[in-house]
Formats: sequence, structure tokens, C-alpha cells
Amino acid sequence: MPQPLLDPDVAAPLEKPVRVNDFALKLANVNGTGSASANGLLMQAIFRMGIPVSGKNLFPSNIQGLPTWYEIRVNKDGYTARALDYDLMVAMNAQTYERDIRELREGGYLLYDSTWPLDPSLRRNDIHILGVPFAQMCNENFRDPRERVLMKNIAYAGSLVAVLNIDMDIVEELLDEKFAGKKALRESNRRALRLGFDYAVEQFAPLPLRLEKMEANRDKILIDGNTATALGCIYAGATVAAWYPITPSTSVMDAFKEFCERYRRDPETGKNNYAILQAEDELAAIGMVIGASWAGARTFTSTSGPGISLMNELLGLAYYAEIPAVVMDIQRVGPSTGMPTRTQQGDLLECAYASHGDTKHILLFPANPHECFEFAVKSFDLAERFQTPVFMLSDLDIGMNDWVVDRLIWDDAYRPDRGRVLDADEVRDLSHFFRYDHEDENHVAARTLPGVDPKAAYFARGSGHTRTGAYTEIPDEYQQVVDRLARKQKAAAKFVPEPIIVQHRPASSEPRMLGSGSIGVVTLGGCDQAVREAIDRLEEFGIIADFMRVRGFPFNDAVEAFLDEHETCFIVEQNRDAQLRSLLTLETGVVKEKLRSVLVYGGFPLSAKHVIEGITSQMGEKILAVHR
Amino acid sequence: MPSIAKPIAQHPSLKRNELGLTVRDYEGTMSTLCAGCGHDSITAALIRAIWELALPPHMIAKVSGIGCSSKTPAYFVNGAHGFNAAHGRMPPIATGANAANRELTYIGISGDGDSLSIGLGHLCHAIRRNVKMLYVIENNGVYGLTKGQFSASADVGSKSKRKEPNRMVPIDPVSLGLSLGATFIARSFSGDKEQLVPIFKAAMAHRGFALVDVISPCVTFNDHEGSTKSYLYVRNQAQKVSEADFIPEASEILATIGQNGAVNVTMHDGSIVSFKGVPPDYDPTDREKVFAYLQEHQTKGAIVTGLLYIDETAPQLHELSGTPEYALTKVPYEKLCPGSAALDQLQEDFR
Repeated sequence: MPQPLLDPDVAAPLEKPVRVNDFALKLANVNGTGSASANGLLMQAIFRMGIPVSGKNLFPSNIQGLPTWYEIRVNKDGYTARALDYDLMVAMNAQTYERDIRELREGGYLLYDSTWPLDPSLRRNDIHILGVPFAQMCNENFRDPRERVLMKNIAYAGSLVAVLNIDMDIVEELLDEKFAGKKALRESNRRALRLGFDYAVEQFAPLPLRLEKMEANRDKILIDGNTATALGCIYAGATVAAWYPITPSTSVMDAFKEFCERYRRDPETGKNNYAILQAEDELAAIGMVIGASWAGARTFTSTSGPGISLMNELLGLAYYAEIPAVVMDIQRVGPSTGMPTRTQQGDLLECAYASHGDTKHILLFPANPHECFEFAVKSFDLAERFQTPVFMLSDLDIGMNDWVVDRLIWDDAYRPDRGRVLDADEVRDLSHFFRYDHEDENHVAARTLPGVDPKAAYFARGSGHTRTGAYTEIPDEYQQVVDRLARKQKAAAKFVPEPIIVQHRPASSEPRMLGSGSIGVVTLGGCDQAVREAIDRLEEFGIIADFMRVRGFPFNDAVEAFLDEHETCFIVEQNRDAQLRSLLTLETGVVKEKLRSVLVYGGFPLSAKHVIEGITSQMGEKILAVHR
Repeated sequence: MPSIAKPIAQHPSLKRNELGLTVRDYEGTMSTLCAGCGHDSITAALIRAIWELALPPHMIAKVSGIGCSSKTPAYFVNGAHGFNAAHGRMPPIATGANAANRELTYIGISGDGDSLSIGLGHLCHAIRRNVKMLYVIENNGVYGLTKGQFSASADVGSKSKRKEPNRMVPIDPVSLGLSLGATFIARSFSGDKEQLVPIFKAAMAHRGFALVDVISPCVTFNDHEGSTKSYLYVRNQAQKVSEADFIPEASEILATIGQNGAVNVTMHDGSIVSFKGVPPDYDPTDREKVFAYLQEHQTKGAIVTGLLYIDETAPQLHELSGTPEYALTKVPYEKLCPGSAALDQLQEDFR
């Protein structure tokens, strides 16, 4: 039986027992060389094997030549947040060998391209080194220079299929689907896959990291948040979209366009029941959204932090003139240009209070692509119900990575909530129409659309106006309107999604932690999985904590109640300045001191390890007390 | 300050248009601009043009930015929806609205600060998209609401009220429009209603973006000696190139066609605009010649007015977008939502 090629000097013992469906691998590549499709292929194959899996693409803001990584975590128990301990490193980028080899955990496995010798100084005694001459075998088997580069990726995928026991039939099936109708490419891929596979089978024993089929993904799909967001916009009935290209939101509009071409082209006339406007900048993009919405369309823009900065001016106009607008903010690392291909939750405060003067908006925080779809639809309903901008705050991790989520469900009984819009008949029955008069229980006044009736006409403006819609500079008249706007925004709290709360009752009647009161861990968005995993693992430290994930702003009562009920709350978020914590302190009556922060904002997705370290480090003495 | 409603007093002898409406039915609230402001004359000409076209008031959408000119949509067609947006941002608002509901007649009112400084980029891109709308620049070379700073259209050597000369080269919206491929370009003078009314009518009938630059002297900040946008200066320098004589389809048009020196252009809606060229061989459809002619006269310091360029063939926003003839807002939701079966099917791709 062949054995892994161990370091010739000091061989680390092969690990026992075998770990099934519970490990993490990292693939280090050079961007622009075609590695993304090979890595995606591996992840998708594991998904089809029915195993809980996640894939995180850590890519540079660059087209070709810079380091890029892809992380895959499989976990039979469903913990698929980013892992920081790598059991297997596929090192295909000599530029980053040093760092990549260092990151591998003790006893881990390094797979590298042995066409060129590994610098002896990089070797570690405590890892297993597996060399496969990928470049050499591709040079011998392929003639086209580009193909030689591309096929190296499929070759290492083949080796991984062998050593990890990935189902080869599934991989072949995926290649068949991908290259249907492209016979030559399909053949090249098959050959490259076999080259890597055969070499690994001959040279290495299967690793003690193994995959075995499960049934965990029967009702799941593999989808990225931006695709799901676009799909939500389609199902919500959006007809006008305006945007300016910006990473990481661009694929929202790419997907929207694709879905429109599929579902929105009139089969009889060939005409498009949609208009996608690529604007000259984000100022124009939000302007177009406001114009289209004023004219009666469901409309949205997709952008990222820098775009929101530019949109601030007109967001204030939409807020004050009470025009619905939906903004999909796929957050990236700020400030300024920041790190465009890295993830962060840094736009909370910017969006909550976007624009000058007293403004306050409605925010939704999806945690994964499934919620992106649901919340996208909800964004339109809320924007029209409350006649105001609504922001859906996704981020690069949610938006651009493929996630395993529950299948999307659609209720055919759904009809858009257009809010209070008077039609021609309703207008005719009125003696007169005043735009900002006669508020309903949510402090919303009825609006009218252009082209309906001369009596319905009004003058929308960002300048001071009375409740009739007329220009004013008189204090009382001005305040009457802006005070209603504040009440209106508050009323939206009942309509945003409730927080997700998970209570972890201690087994006995003992307090949750010696010397401490009850602990809550509060988070939002894409931190969800990492925080839930962390809470489960915190039990090892004797810490029992309850979980709350906030899903919307203004905060509904349940959010404040949770904060009140817990003696200490850790607020876990991905930004430097504790923006969720700030928002909670500003917008609830909670005592500031009981909210503590766990902040991870370097740009990569959150790991449970970050959260555990963040919480235990702040409870150091208390934990020691338990263990004593 | 606040809006002042105009008393509606209809004289029985007032003429009625096809809809049975008088000119007064197309008025707005009372103007709050300075007495004698050129902008009010433009508003009056616009009201006349809309009345003559017999547009239903509610089928008009008025949009503007910020500035003296941008206040004026409140002063015409009370029965139309209006949108006084933010400084320079009117073109995107109009573009989005037009994308959603193409069945309205869009009238955008802007000024030189709005269009040539803060919103210059938006203007350029609205021209590129060929959004069907009348886009008026009420051009006075000065920032009125902030009390007299030069705008980007102030001529070199033009003096401010404090006698400081402008040294920077002006942006000429007509040359700009021409270089960007605008499909309708006209220039006029606020004091020349006879020329303005047919230009506005032609502009509203145009199938795409109609740029109308109207020199409109600011009586308060830019109507003194040394200003190149004063009444006196413009009256002395203006040279009429062509008169747009708008003739709706229904009236007798045959008499005009083929007259000496006239160029007839068929508008998108089938009506015909006749241009009596001055000089007789001026052809507003020949882009290169228009360029040369304007260049030649501009160097001489002449303000060429009239309908300067027109192209009724270029595709407009909706043709570029492949959208239907009717408003997108009219498409029922049932037609927009693919439904649960389609979603189930689609999700097979996400496995």
C-alpha cells in the first residue's frame, strides 16, 4: 500500500483515526489562471455528495497575477463558517509558499507542484508533504500554452478527488454539464482530471481526511447572495434597475439582466418588460431609481459603500419627498476605496442615517442567500408601504460566495404591497388632493402617480414643504412634516423581520457561568454561522450564552427586550467602530456599559475561532474561576 | 417665499384648444422670481406652446434641479406632476421616470449652473441616451440664488456686478450638444417669444432629447454694462439662423413644403417642422455644416439662434432598451413574476 510522501528528514506520524466529513482545506493560487472553476467544481461535487460544505473565495482586486485563495470547509454537523485551521493546503502559488505552508496546522497535509523542488527552508517537520508534478504532466500532455496553465487546476482537482475520496462519478457528471456541447474542452478536462487522479492513486495512500456521502443537502441549493438578490428583485416585480458598476455588487445586475432575458422578454413581441440603465455614476443611478419610482415603477439599484457615499444627497431627497427607493448595498471594506474584494459590515451607520439633516432609514440584514431572496422582496414592500428608501445590507461574503442554503420558496398568492397609491377613481372622488395630508396608522400619507388625473398632481420637492405639499419656510409647517417622518420611520419597526433568537438554557439550575449573570451574543448578517458555532463551542469553557441575530432596523421590541434580559451582551460584528453596538445604544434604551464588542474587520469572513477568542479574552478571570 | 396661488379668472373671449382648454388652464402658481426676469418670459412661451399642442395637463411631467430656473415648473401647468429635484440631478430623475412611463411628455427646466457645472455629466449622458424630453437651459451666465457668482457659461471678459472680469473659457451647451450627438439643438432668447414658441413645440414633438438653450438675462445680477448676457448685449448680437415654424399634422402643411429656402423635417409624431433658413441654404440636418457655421459665427461673437440641428432618425432610450411602446408601469404584476413553478425549475441549476 503506497504511503504519503513524508518529509524525508523527519516524518510526522500519520494521523489516526480517520476524520470523516470534518476538515478544512485551503487552495492557494495565482489569480487569472483559471483556478476558480476548478475550486468551484470541487465544492460543488462535495455539495452533491450531500455533505454540508462552504467555499470562500479570498481574491485580490486584480485581473491577473496576484495571490488568491479558496477555502473549503466540510462539516457533517453543519458548522460551515470559515475555519482557520487548515488540514490540507494545496499550494499552487510559489509567491505565497512561505505563508501558506506556515498556515497549515500541525500534522496537516501539503499538496504542491513538485515540477520544481520545494525550497528546503520552507519544509516543516510536523507536516506531510505530497508532491505532484502538475506542470510537468500538463506540459507533456497538452500543447496549447493556455491549456497547459488551465489544466493544471483540473489536474490538482483530480489528485484531491483521489486523496479525499470525492465521488469521481459526480465530478465527471459536473464536467459533462459544464462542457455540454464543447467536446474538445470536455476531453481536455477529463484527461487532466485523470492525470492528477492516477498519479495520486499510485503514489499516495488515501489521507485520513475522508469524504463520505450524506443526505444533508436534499432540500438545499448552492447559490450566491447576489444571484439570490437579483432573483428577489425579479419576483418582487421590479421593472427598472439603475446602477453603476462596483465590486462586489456588479454580479447583482449581471444576474438581474440574465433573469430578465429569461423571464421578462415578451414571447410574442420580443419586447423587454424591464429597463436596465447603466448610469454615469452612483448619483445618477439613485436619481434614476427615484425618478422611476416617482413615476410608479418598482425599481432598485445595487451598489457598495463608495456608491452609498455618492448617493447620500438624493437619498435625503427620497426620504424627504417620500419616494420609495430600494438600495442593495453589497458591503466591502472601507473607508474610501478600501479593499474592494474583501468583506466587511462597515456601512451600517452610513445607511441608517444617510444624507444631511435629520434622516433615518429602514435597513434589512440578510445572513445568507436564502434571506437575500426573501429580504429583496420585502425591501420593495417596505419601500412602498413607507414611501422611503430601504437598504438591504448584504456583503461580499454573502454576495459573491456560493452558499448551501434551503431551497427558495415562492408563494404564488403574493401580490406587491404598493402602499397607499390613489388610482384615478379614488382621486376623482376627492374634492382635492394634498400629498402629505391624511396620514394612516403608520403615519403614511397617500401618494399619486403622474399621468392619472390633473387633480392628483402635486409638486415633489426636496425643499421645505407643508403637509399640503406647498413650499414653506415657516417653522411649524416644516416641523409638522418632519415630525411625522420620524414617527413613520419608527412605525416600520413592526414590519421589519423579527430577530432570530436562540435560548440556551443551562442543563441544571446553576447559573450560566460562575460569578456571572446571563450572557447574550448579538450579531447580524453573515456572522450568523460563525457566532452560532462559537456559542456551541463556548460550552467547553463553561459559558452558556443566548443568541440573537438582528435582521432589521428600526429595531423592533424583541431586540430591546433581549438586551434588557441579559446582563452582558457581546455584540459581534465586522467593523472597527462597533457600528451595530452604536446603533443599539442610540436607538434603544439599553445601558451602554453592558454591551461589549467583538470586532473582526480585517476583510475575511468571520470564523467561530474569532468569536470564541473575542469573548473568552474578555471573560478571562471568570473562566479561570470555573476551571479552578 | 411661499407659493402663491394665481386667481383663475377666465375671460370668455379666451381661445380654447382642441381639449377645450384656454391658455390660463396651463398656468401654474404665481412666479416668485424678480420682476422682469427672463425666465418668466420663457415660462410664458412654454405655456403657449403646450396650449397650442393641446397636451392633456396630467400627461405632462415637469422636472427640474435647483436654482432660479428650476423654480419655474411650479409656474406652469398646475395639473401636471412636478419634481423639483436636487442641484444638477434632474437628468437622471427624468431618465428614470421616462424609463418607467414613456407615455408622458417630459419637460425639464434647468439653468447654466445646474446643467453646465454641477450636473454637466448628467446632461451629457442624458444626451447620449437620447431620452425623449424637452430640456431647457435658462442660461444667464450667473448664479442668481447665491447672488451673482459667474457660471460656467459666462463669456471671457464678461464683468460681474463687482466689475471683476471672467477669465475662464465658457462652456457652450450648443457646441457641447453637437459634439455629443444630441439629436435636437436649438437656441433662443427669452425676449423672443415668436421664435421660442415654435421651437418648444418642435422640441416636444421631437422623438428624442431636445436641447433648448435660452439666453435669459438676469435682471438683478447680470444685466449691466460689461455683461455678455444682458438684454442689450443679446439683442445686439443675436443672429437668427432659422425659424422653426411648427405645423401640426392636422393643419395645412402642404403650403409650407417646398417654399424657397425652407427645409422640412418630419417629426416622430408625423408632424412637420419647417425651417426658413437664414441664410437660405442653412440645413439643420447636416451636422458637419452646422458645426462649421456655428464655429464661424461664434468666433465673430454672434449668438446664433433658431433650430440649429435636428436628427429624427437616431434611436432613443426605449429603442436602445428594447422596451415596449407602452409604459412599463402598465405591465401587470402577473406578467412580471415568473411564479413558483419557474423557481422550482430554476433551482435545479443551483444543485
